[in-house]
Amino acid sequence: MTDVTMTINGRAVSGAVEGRTLLSTFLRETAGLTGTHIGCDTAQCGACTVHVNGASMKSCTVFAQEADGAEVTTIEGMANADGSLNTIQQAFQDHHGLQCGFCTPGMVMTAAALLKENPKPSETEVRDYLKGNLCRCTGYHNIVKAIMAASGQDVSAIAAE
Amino acid sequence: MPADGGIGASTKRREDIRFLSGTGRYTDDLNRPGQAYVFFLRSNVAHGKIKSINTDDAAAMPGVARIFTGADFEGVGGIPCGWQVTDKHGQPMQEPAHPVLAQGKVRHVGDPIAAVVADTAEQARDAAEAIEVDIEDLPAVIDMKKAVEEGAPKVHDDLTSNLCYDWGFVEENKDAVEQAFQDAAHVTTLELVNNRLIANPMEPRVAIGDYDPAGDMSTLYTTSQNPHVIRLLMGAFVLGIPEHKLRVVSPDVGGGFGTKIFHYAEEAFCTFAARALKRPVKWTSSRSEAFMSDAHGRDHVSTIQLALDADNNFTALRTDTYANMGAYLSTFAPSVPTWLHGVLMAGNYKTPLIYVNVKAVFTNTVPVDAYRGAGRPEATYQLERVIDKAARELGVDPIALRRQNFITEFPYATPVAVEYDTGDYHATMDKLEEIADLSGFEARLAESKSRGKLRGLGVNCYIEACGIAPSNLVGQLGARAGLYESATVRVNATGGLVVMTGSHSHGQGHETAFPQVIAEMIGIDASMVEIVHGDTANAPMGMGTYGSRSLAVGGSAMVRATEKIIAKAKKIAAHLLEASEGDIELKDGAFSVAGTDKSVAWGDVTLAAYVPHNYPLEVIEPGLEETAFYDPNNFTYPSGAYACEVEVDPDTGKATIERFAAADDFGNIVNPMIVDGQVHGGIAQGIGQALLEGCVYDEDGQLLTGSYMDYAMPRADDVPYYHVDHSCQTPCTHNPLGVKGCGEAGAIGSPPAVVNAVVDALQRNGSSITHIDMPLSPSRVWAAMTQ
Repeated sequence: MTDVTMTINGRAVSGAVEGRTLLSTFLRETAGLTGTHIGCDTAQCGACTVHVNGASMKSCTVFAQEADGAEVTTIEGMANADGSLNTIQQAFQDHHGLQCGFCTPGMVMTAAALLKENPKPSETEVRDYLKGNLCRCTGYHNIVKAIMAASGQDVSAIAAE
Repeated sequence: MPADGGIGASTKRREDIRFLSGTGRYTDDLNRPGQAYVFFLRSNVAHGKIKSINTDDAAAMPGVARIFTGADFEGVGGIPCGWQVTDKHGQPMQEPAHPVLAQGKVRHVGDPIAAVVADTAEQARDAAEAIEVDIEDLPAVIDMKKAVEEGAPKVHDDLTSNLCYDWGFVEENKDAVEQAFQDAAHVTTLELVNNRLIANPMEPRVAIGDYDPAGDMSTLYTTSQNPHVIRLLMGAFVLGIPEHKLRVVSPDVGGGFGTKIFHYAEEAFCTFAARALKRPVKWTSSRSEAFMSDAHGRDHVSTIQLALDADNNFTALRTDTYANMGAYLSTFAPSVPTWLHGVLMAGNYKTPLIYVNVKAVFTNTVPVDAYRGAGRPEATYQLERVIDKAARELGVDPIALRRQNFITEFPYATPVAVEYDTGDYHATMDKLEEIADLSGFEARLAESKSRGKLRGLGVNCYIEACGIAPSNLVGQLGARAGLYESATVRVNATGGLVVMTGSHSHGQGHETAFPQVIAEMIGIDASMVEIVHGDTANAPMGMGTYGSRSLAVGGSAMVRATEKIIAKAKKIAAHLLEASEGDIELKDGAFSVAGTDKSVAWGDVTLAAYVPHNYPLEVIEPGLEETAFYDPNNFTYPSGAYACEVEVDPDTGKATIERFAAADDFGNIVNPMIVDGQVHGGIAQGIGQALLEGCVYDEDGQLLTGSYMDYAMPRADDVPYYHVDHSCQTPCTHNPLGVKGCGEAGAIGSPPAVVNAVVDALQRNGSSITHIDMPLSPSRVWAAMTQ
């Protein structure tokens, strides 16, 4: 077991981990942040997406030891300072971009990374960027719409679709 | 309408706040003090005789509490089947034993052999690797038709064959159907496969068994769509725990799509082990385990024939289907190819004679059961594909052929037992032609052609039966359960309400939509209503959520309970207003005396009910809490028309969905936003089935599609925006809300639209191809094009 410390959502968290302990497990079990979900075991579903040192990553592809000293942001750290939903989160609610909610944290984290890189993405660019995140409920329609809306683009033309 | 949304408002979902902020409570987020973890050692062969299991080394590994094998479950019940189908000779289906852990034989890859319980999940997994299992391989049967051949290896040695049942429906119609085919002017025949799918809710299954010796109380936390059903099945049939000593909790559940209806061995194991070890036992499925242990869906092989007269009227239909049951009978598996498939074969058409034969077959594969649509997609796919083929053979417009044969008068008694109460199939087709802009297709076709792409248009209809009922009928059909739903409405002294419903929400938005109904009925804000579900300790016995039944059945129970509340509240109001009860009106959250300005607010009445100082105690009990159980007297029958436009790349065979439109009739709508979302998701799953998804076993029974690397789930760039419309509304005539159900429509209606479109694209390019089996992968389409 090795001791690791990382800053998660601005808070220092330490714990002893095995070499095989994944960051996703550390976040859920050690830090108690269960908003990061584990939907597969082959790094294909994206439900565990977080930001590590500002970059979007599937936390199941990172060993906890590799994240020693890192700055990690999870879904629990995404709300505005007053606790209200941030722009992306609010757009997901406004446009019904979630149903069961299980893929949602990963979708929000991926969307945040996209809009940081590309503040006004096209529909094609949004769909392309979301390829690493699976959703089984929404058919992606309202997720794409929510992200387009969060980027400040007019989605009223697809409101009826 | 209440300010924050009554019936018909696209109220934003209140549950989203916790899901978007990472504070949802899914089963895997729960941990019990002192809990141990279980890892299941699963069979890596499809069929074999267990010669020995040596757990000595594994038991000595660090942290191991105990290792269980099938021997520990001698004398314990097996996993029960909840539906008994009677075959065409009047005999009950063959029903094999299904032990919690394998006993004597393993029958599919993934069949659990042993269970290691240890202090940590890692220790349990490590120790499982040290278990020595000696299995003598036996020949596996994977192909259904080979499985029922004489001399095929038997999945269950104590059954006479691998045939679960041979079902004929309606058996008495068989000769008349045969005669109609002999008299037909034209017969169209189509052989097709409804591909095996894996439901894949994004949350894998989880079970935590907990036991409190002080009260001899067991609690199971599980990812279920119907916790009461699990309590009944597991308590009564597997572990022998009476229901008052067993609590089942299903908190936030991350999608179900059918595969979380069923009672699974892992649930029984965790409950059993927690009692044996006197400590909580937790199991979290990996996705790899999910692929080989969650019940799969579909997997039918069918031959369908349609008979037409010289005027192109449908005169008869018959279908022969092989339906895969897998190695064991999952909870509702036998009902899917029969009572959820055969009775839907009339579709939207007035075909007078129908005969359905289904042979359900055991194979060395994961059990197959209901997956979104369950039987109805299989019926719709056969019917709508054979009609499309008939239109092409006859050289008539596929839409016109459908319209010509539409049922137009309701109620309509089909020749396959069910009676449709309402519908307007021309109206949904009219709406589809409008929203899909079918008149603009030729221009889009030309545009595609200019880019060297083959464009095709596929159109189809569907009908489904939702809210499976009534209980006394389904009992005659073999159901071993009732199919009512329950609700308790508790009004608090200060006027707020709590509804405890037997329905379960795992993405459907009940916490938002159900309060909209009560808000409308009483005239209060929806925010005054809280929905509680998913815990047998506080909700009345309910049957859960599947088959698009929640609003139609669960919502109706809630309406009935609320009607009782209002009736009692009016009595109290009459007393407070010193008026006759018959003169009391409820509007906008206040009771008033008709024709006067005397009124009393909702909150004053509820307070009086709990602080009964000025109260007619001699005639009414204090308090304001009512329960209702609602058992529908018929299914509901949503219907619709779908259109898909594809582009096929002639160089690669890749089909791309360019446009998709759905015109549905769901009867009345409570929350249009949620309904849109349900349809979107269903369409994506249908497109997934049509183009991408397919569960594949090799001939030895190895699961070749055991992860997301091999099983192609639809991703964001595989699908377009969908154009959905539900403005055609013929309300259901027999439930109080006039609602029909919308959860499965998209998955039922979309696969034939996609396949019809691809066939259309190829035929427009001069191909004589009439059918390609799903999934229409580039390789299959390309192979068909180059035949």
